[in-house]
Parts: sequence; structure tokens; C-alpha cells
Amino acid sequence: MNERAYLDAASAEPLHPAAREMLLSAVDSGWADPVRLHHEGRTARLLLDNARAVLAQGLGVRPDELYLTTSGTAAIHAGLSAVLTARRRVGGAVVHSAVEHSAVLHTAGEAGVEIGVDLHGRVDLDAFAAAVRKPGVAVAVLQSANHEVGTRQPIEAAAAACGPVPLFVDAAASIGHEVVSDGWSVLTASAHKWGGPAGVGLLAVRKGTRIAPAWPMDEREDGLSPGFPDVPNLLAAAAALQARLAEAAELDRQHRGWIAEIRQRVGADVPDVEVVGDPEDRLPHVLTFSCLYVDGEALVTALDAEGFSVSSGSACTSSTLRPSHVLAAMGVLTHGNVRVSLARTTTYGEIDRFCRVLPGIVQRIRAEVGM
Amino acid sequence: MNLELDCRGLLCPLPVIKLAKALPTVAVGDTITVLADDPAAATDIPAWCRMRSQELVSAAENAYAVRRVS
Repeated sequence: MNERAYLDAASAEPLHPAAREMLLSAVDSGWADPVRLHHEGRTARLLLDNARAVLAQGLGVRPDELYLTTSGTAAIHAGLSAVLTARRRVGGAVVHSAVEHSAVLHTAGEAGVEIGVDLHGRVDLDAFAAAVRKPGVAVAVLQSANHEVGTRQPIEAAAAACGPVPLFVDAAASIGHEVVSDGWSVLTASAHKWGGPAGVGLLAVRKGTRIAPAWPMDEREDGLSPGFPDVPNLLAAAAALQARLAEAAELDRQHRGWIAEIRQRVGADVPDVEVVGDPEDRLPHVLTFSCLYVDGEALVTALDAEGFSVSSGSACTSSTLRPSHVLAAMGVLTHGNVRVSLARTTTYGEIDRFCRVLPGIVQRIRAEVGM
Repeated sequence: MNLELDCRGLLCPLPVIKLAKALPTVAVGDTITVLADDPAAATDIPAWCRMRSQELVSAAENAYAVRRVS
């Protein structure tokens, strides 16, 4: 058995040591109901306020602009629905890029106005701006960077084009890794993408943005995240973000170098491969490529057997047997697809071994189908 | 000349593999029509044409016409 090399950080990072330490102490101190007035409740409230303050600072917002939800998906569902409800007199259309996370596509539904992307996966800014200026638009949605191919989106320019229409930014792929441009009205993020625990999402709403929760409200998070809060997990998420941001500059430098090396070696050593996404204007830690004539599931399985954990946007690796809507919108090859994403624990030795092992695996899978 | 490749029921990458194998069997200027109902073919056959510098003549209703240009 080979040593494992976890190269799927964009799906989930292993828990940051700072988060683990915080979680272990917080389960003993932060378990009570923070809305109660007794000693244990006040302690939990103090810890909750502390977590919110640290998370808000990490995003660059005020604590009263930040709602804590139960996942990044829940933050998108709650935030987008609340903006839609508040702006229903203006209109109901949701302008969004074709490569948004499925949580955005599911919330927009029939009201969605989809804007195409180029071969790198970057939104057509002129079409986006034109669609936002039409009457009846409730909200515009644009991710900070694409979660599958790493391409950054033009947030600043999109915000400038939005005028009075609120810009909703899904920043799950970026937060903890790099700074997101300003100009947005609502921003969402997810803790397990920066080494925090699963089950923590962030929903930041800039002051002046109108929101109205779209379902039965309780007293928690202004009705935007109903139910008893998980204070220990929120604290762990805050500790992870703080620690991760302190390491971000160093990891950014390291990861960009290694990703550039993988891009170069995969392109040079594997014939008929298409590396996708913008080569420069991108996330530091993600690289995606597609190998012609290769079954994506066979490739992921073979890499797993060699000790490498990667994800794939190929149809055969999805439960629906449909290819990734991101790759399809870009018009790039969907089969033989691999996404490599580096964690803070990734080493150069892992990257180097990946680049050495991959060409033989691709060659073997192709040989099985006579290519 | 047009060669028809029935790839209905086959999942990607098989339709693209069959197309690639059939290409050398037709003359430059001839076309191959791939019948494929796998949703991935809608992206992958045009992408193959782009990567291989072959011409996608048409793509509609699970039928993709490709002209060999080199």
C-alpha cells in the first residue's frame, strides 16, 4: 500500500490542528443554549460572539453583518431566498453565470437567467452586465472563483455593472485561500474548505442590503438559520480561519509554484491532455485537466489505488451520470477529468510522485480500449 | 461520403474513441455522423473536434456530423 496523498482539498480539507484543539475544549464549555440567561448559557453566548467576531474579521465584515449557518449550501439557499423575498416587488429574475455551484442553480430554478462563460470558465461580463440592467432582476449571482477549474471571476467589474441590483457572491472556493474583491452585497462561504469542520456556513450581508427570511422564523440568526447553534463547531471554524489566514501568504506562494509544476509536467508527459481553467488569474491550489479517451471513473480509481485522492467532473463519476455542468458550459472535454487540489498538508514529494505516476496510468487505461 | 457510427447506448468516452478510430478510415473531406445519446457526447464530440482540429459540421438531436479536414 502506498502512502496516501490527499489531493482533494477543494472538496474538504482535513481539520486544521488549531480547529481540532479548539473543538476539543469547546465541546466541554460551549454546549449550552446561548439564548438562556444562566451561567452556562451566558458562557455559550460569549463563545458564540467570539466565534462570530473572529469569522467576521476573517471576511472583513462587521459582526452584525454575519449570519452563521449550517453549511455553505444552507448559506446560499437562505441568503438567496431572503434577497429574492425582499426584492419581489422589483422582480424575480436571478442573473447568474452558467458555472455557479448547484446550490445557486437549485435556488434560482425557473427564475434563473444563465450567462455563458468562455473556454477558461470566466463569465461573459458584457452579457452579464446587459442582463442585470434589464427590468425585473432581483439579484445577480457570481462566484468569486470556480470550484472545479479554479478560474477567478471578475467580481469588481460585475459589482460595478450591477448598479442598484445586489451582487451575491459565492466565495466558498476562495475564503481561507485568498482575498475576495469588494463590491458585493451578500457573500457566502463554507468552513470545511479552509480546514474548519463540516456543518458551518457563513452568510455575510452588507448593511443596507434588504433581506427577508423566506420561511418560518425563529429567534436565531435573525431567522436566517433556524435552530440551536453548534457553538463548538463555530468556534473551531473560527480558529481554523484565523490560523489559515495567518498561513495564507506562504501557502499561496507554495501552492502556486506546485500547481504550475503539475500543469507543466502533465502537459509535457501525458499526450492528448487538456489542462483547463485560466492559467494565471486563478485560485492558488486547484488544477483541473481532462485526458482524451480515458474513463474518468477508471482514472480516479487507478489513482486511488496508487494512493492519490482526487475528484472528477466526468459523468461516470457522478450519481446522475451527467457530466459536470461547469465543464459542459466551458465546452471542454468532460471525460477523463481530474481535479487536483492542494491542502495545507500537501508536500512536494506528493506532487512529484503524482506527476511521475500519472502518465503510466493514463497510458494503461488507454491501452485497454485500444488507444 | 458519409460514415455513420451508431454509438447509441454507449457512455463517454466510448463514442469519442469510436470516432477517433474511424477518422483514419475516411478520406479527407468526408464526414462521419456519430449517433450518441450519452449527454456527455454533446460536450465531448465538439471538444474532440477542437482539440483534433477537425470540423464539427452539425450537432443536433443526438447526431454529430464531423468532417475530416486533415
